Amino acid sequence: MKSSPSIKGIVARLLLVTVGMFGFGFALVPLYDMFCDITGLNGKTNAEAFIPLAELIDTSREVTVQFVATNNDYMPWEFKPQVFKMKVHPGEEIETTFYAKNPSAKSMMAQAIPSVSPSRAASYFLKTECFCFNQQQLAAGEAIDMPLKFIVDRDLPDNVSTITLSYTLFDITNGGAIAGNSLAIR
Amino acid sequence: MLFFSKRPTTKSLLSVKPFVVFPLLAMSFQAFAKSSEVVADEAQRWGMNMPQGVTATSNEIYDLHMLIFMICVWIGVVVFGVMFYSMIMHRKSSGAVPSKFHESTIVELAWTIIPAIILVAMAVPATSTLIKIYDTSDADIDIKVVGYQWKWQYEYLGEEVSFFSNLTTPQDEIYGRAPKGEHYLLEVDEPVVIPINKKVRFLITANDVLHAWWVPALAVKRDAIPGYINDVWTVVDEPGIYRGQCAELCGKAHGFMPIVVHAMEEVDYQQWLDAKKGEAEELKLAMSQSFSMDELYARGEKVYQTNCVACHGPVGAGGVGPSLIGSSITTGPMNGHLSLMINGVQGSAMQAFGEQLNNIDMAAVITYKRNAWGNNMGDMLQPVDVLNHKRSL
Amino acid sequence: MGDHGPAQGFGRWLFTTNHKDIGSMYLWFSFAMFLMGGVFALVIRAELFQPGLQLVEPEFFNQMTTMHGLVMVFGAVMPAFVGLANWLIPMMVGAPDMALPRMNNWSFWILPFAFALLTSTLFMEGGGPNFGWTFYAPLSTTYAPPSVTYFIFAVHIMGASSIMGSINIIATILNMRAPGMTLMKMPLFVWTWLITAYLLIAVMPVLAGCVTMMLMDIHFGTSFFNAAGGGDPVLFQHVFWFFGHPEVYIMILPAFGIVSAIIPTFARKPLFGYASMVYATASIAFLSFIVWAHHMFTVGMPIAGELFFMYATMLIAVPTGVKVFNWITTMFRGSMTFETPMLFSIAFVILFTIGGFSGLMLAIAPADFQYHDTYFVVAHFHYVLVPGAIFSIFAAVYYWLPKWCGNMYDERLGKAHFWLSFIGLNVTFFPMHFVGLAGMPRRIPDYALQFADFNQIASMGAFLFGFSQVFFLFIVIKTIRGGKQATEEVWENPEGLEWTIPSPAPYHTFTTPPAIK
Repeated sequence: MKSSPSIKGIVARLLLVTVGMFGFGFALVPLYDMFCDITGLNGKTNAEAFIPLAELIDTSREVTVQFVATNNDYMPWEFKPQVFKMKVHPGEEIETTFYAKNPSAKSMMAQAIPSVSPSRAASYFLKTECFCFNQQQLAAGEAIDMPLKFIVDRDLPDNVSTITLSYTLFDITNGGAIAGNSLAIR
Repeated sequence: MLFFSKRPTTKSLLSVKPFVVFPLLAMSFQAFAKSSEVVADEAQRWGMNMPQGVTATSNEIYDLHMLIFMICVWIGVVVFGVMFYSMIMHRKSSGAVPSKFHESTIVELAWTIIPAIILVAMAVPATSTLIKIYDTSDADIDIKVVGYQWKWQYEYLGEEVSFFSNLTTPQDEIYGRAPKGEHYLLEVDEPVVIPINKKVRFLITANDVLHAWWVPALAVKRDAIPGYINDVWTVVDEPGIYRGQCAELCGKAHGFMPIVVHAMEEVDYQQWLDAKKGEAEELKLAMSQSFSMDELYARGEKVYQTNCVACHGPVGAGGVGPSLIGSSITTGPMNGHLSLMINGVQGSAMQAFGEQLNNIDMAAVITYKRNAWGNNMGDMLQPVDVLNHKRSL
Repeated sequence: MGDHGPAQGFGRWLFTTNHKDIGSMYLWFSFAMFLMGGVFALVIRAELFQPGLQLVEPEFFNQMTTMHGLVMVFGAVMPAFVGLANWLIPMMVGAPDMALPRMNNWSFWILPFAFALLTSTLFMEGGGPNFGWTFYAPLSTTYAPPSVTYFIFAVHIMGASSIMGSINIIATILNMRAPGMTLMKMPLFVWTWLITAYLLIAVMPVLAGCVTMMLMDIHFGTSFFNAAGGGDPVLFQHVFWFFGHPEVYIMILPAFGIVSAIIPTFARKPLFGYASMVYATASIAFLSFIVWAHHMFTVGMPIAGELFFMYATMLIAVPTGVKVFNWITTMFRGSMTFETPMLFSIAFVILFTIGGFSGLMLAIAPADFQYHDTYFVVAHFHYVLVPGAIFSIFAAVYYWLPKWCGNMYDERLGKAHFWLSFIGLNVTFFPMHFVGLAGMPRRIPDYALQFADFNQIASMGAFLFGFSQVFFLFIVIKTIRGGKQATEEVWENPEGLEWTIPSPAPYHTFTTPPAIK
């Protein structure tokens, strides 16, 4: 008779796998972010300021950059790009602003979330300064021009001629949850 | 439509006791088979294949679909043919004696390799189509599409033209109190208008939950994701009105947020666009005008039927949302009512309408609510009041 | 030893550690859930009988689609397979019982609790889960009804039950086989369950992690799936489908095992390509881990991702094809008879293959842009799951019921049940292909007029199919209460150790291991 593995051993190993896979579920979060950073999947751009090296400007090429602003649910702010569209040379550092106004009667906090389309351009769109790196607080009625500085990487694939940078503005006055938590009766 | 007037018999049967009426359903089947004779548009009614659509992409996808479908059919004919052959020929009752064979390396290798080759043959055209679909570069027009619970917003980038597109099918048709129209559930107040033979790029995102923007005739379907933007493109060949629906479960009224694309000649498109811009100008002017109670009431009723009726019911008696008849808001102070309409109620289904309604519509719908259904407050709101209120905030 | 019978009364069932008792409880429980999920489905079909809103409001409709999916997947199909595993695996490998009998008791008894919790949400303020069985964020987090917390706990308990059941099955198969029962001598049902159990252990914890992240987003202010805090709703879909796709195979692999046992018996010919069946099952299980994003072709993945998942998905057709060819070759030049288990198995092969064809069509990413989230998808997965999972369970019950209770079922009634189910199923789900292709999105309570006719037909089929299952309950009860005495072998020369013991199977079997040829 061949000796089979002991039940205790099997159970111990399987429990270990179970715990490991539970952990793996959570590990998918950083793995996914890493994967997105590398591939530009989901159009996420850099969340921290890019430190420009002495980049050369490629004046032979022009890329159109469009700016789009969207408000999320329950976000009453006026929010729009000051310039809708511009032509830039890869490598050139560009500055523009987004206008925001809090028309409500209370002080509010907002977080802008950037997204780039087409997503394969995301990792070539380098922000050196962005209002999206920080939360924005505006008092009741206050308006502000929020700065954005960026460089389009010279390695941008040739078949990308237009890059759309979209910001979605979320109300985070009451913490991370957008519209209160689900325990509120809807 | 004509043919649906025949339906009420089956409906009333069904609404009584759904679980015990199967024989009755079968009877109604016969009734409806007869009724189909009087139907004009047979092709559309019994549609059972993918539409070919009106774009190069949709035609390519249709061809791909038919190719794979036919490959599957032929594989099916061969496989099921062998199966039915042995089921008929190799029966015990007809004296078949079982053989003993139970493996054959050559045969097993063959039916691993041959399907793999067929798959490669399918993958080649699929890949080339996909690459074309993903090429969103060099668009002539960019339109931002935002999914809301439960409507679409279209914004023509760089043109200052932006509007919401709401379902216009009346509640009475949905609840069977009125005959259903031809474009039941596929009709909106403002379709998105595009020129033909131009590359139109749609930038798709969402305001709250996931939605998906889908128009079968254009073969465009893409998820709308809050915080993220997706892009798709289309070039429509023929003028026409093309209808689609939200294709990602987005809550209660997921089935009630259609998409209507109106494709027209470029000149017509330009005219439309200019008119739209003009409308925006006019609106700005009208903001400073005053309206009579009757004007506001009539306009407000329309706004209500488009934006409020789904939750508060056709006569304000409530539904998913609270009743508005004699409520502390609609019969309370004007300022509170206005603030609530502008800001919504966080953590509830009551949206912030401050951005979604212009000042005239806002003034009108508030006036309507305060005076309809026996609320009889007698007060009214002018657009300029709304503007001032927003400014004062 | 080995002769004492079960304890008496309710305590027998509550405290039992006997694999046969637990197997029976699993089967009865899953049948109850099957009827409940079926009633939910009939509410859906009744509302969709004609355009307009007649019976239920859209909120309730969404709860019905959600609960139908959850109850059928986690309550009907999975426990039924675990029940069959409990009854059959020890008998098939020559073991006296499961390896961990007390845990076995627990893994069953927490299930009714989980489903009571889940069902109770329907009566809570704000209603039950209404975000689809795939519960995509943020509809299931920020925008969910308050009952979502109960839903999360219910999923946790179901997961725990599945994991415990799987550990038990793996331990039984690896440790408790009779001497001489080598791995490659095991019946395919045991093999497919062994692979299924590994799949369960790999992915149920991921589901648990997924709902835990939801719980944290809802109550503890994290932002796993909330873009405002740096999360991503698309991440939810990746995590969910990393679980979800293998889950689909969890619901079909044991069915492969069942059919591989039944077809040879009634073709009177050994199974063709036993070894390739094992390898095909293993490769399907492996592939199931690298195809998940084909459920998400429209989220806007980069083209490289789309292509990878498209190719990987198409590859699954190869091992699946091998299985179908093997079954057909097993029938080829056999000496066939068509008793009820065989009828269900043949229907399985045909209809599952049709589901496989539509699956192949869905794998083609550009075409999927038209199919995605339409009734074509609904038709596809119902063709895979109803004649796939459900028919194989029916086949298994008819095939092994005489062994379990000692009586033959009534063949005439069994065949009637088959034909009613077969017709009902096709009338229900085949028209869904058409409306899907014509453009009807799934999960809508009301639809445009051009979809009316096929929906009406589908609804009628659904009621026929539904009522046929009450008939099945009648047949099973009738068989248990009496009928022709079954012989030890029941069928003509069936293969397997379970046919060497008396019918009905004694309370304790193989207390001394059998000799394996």
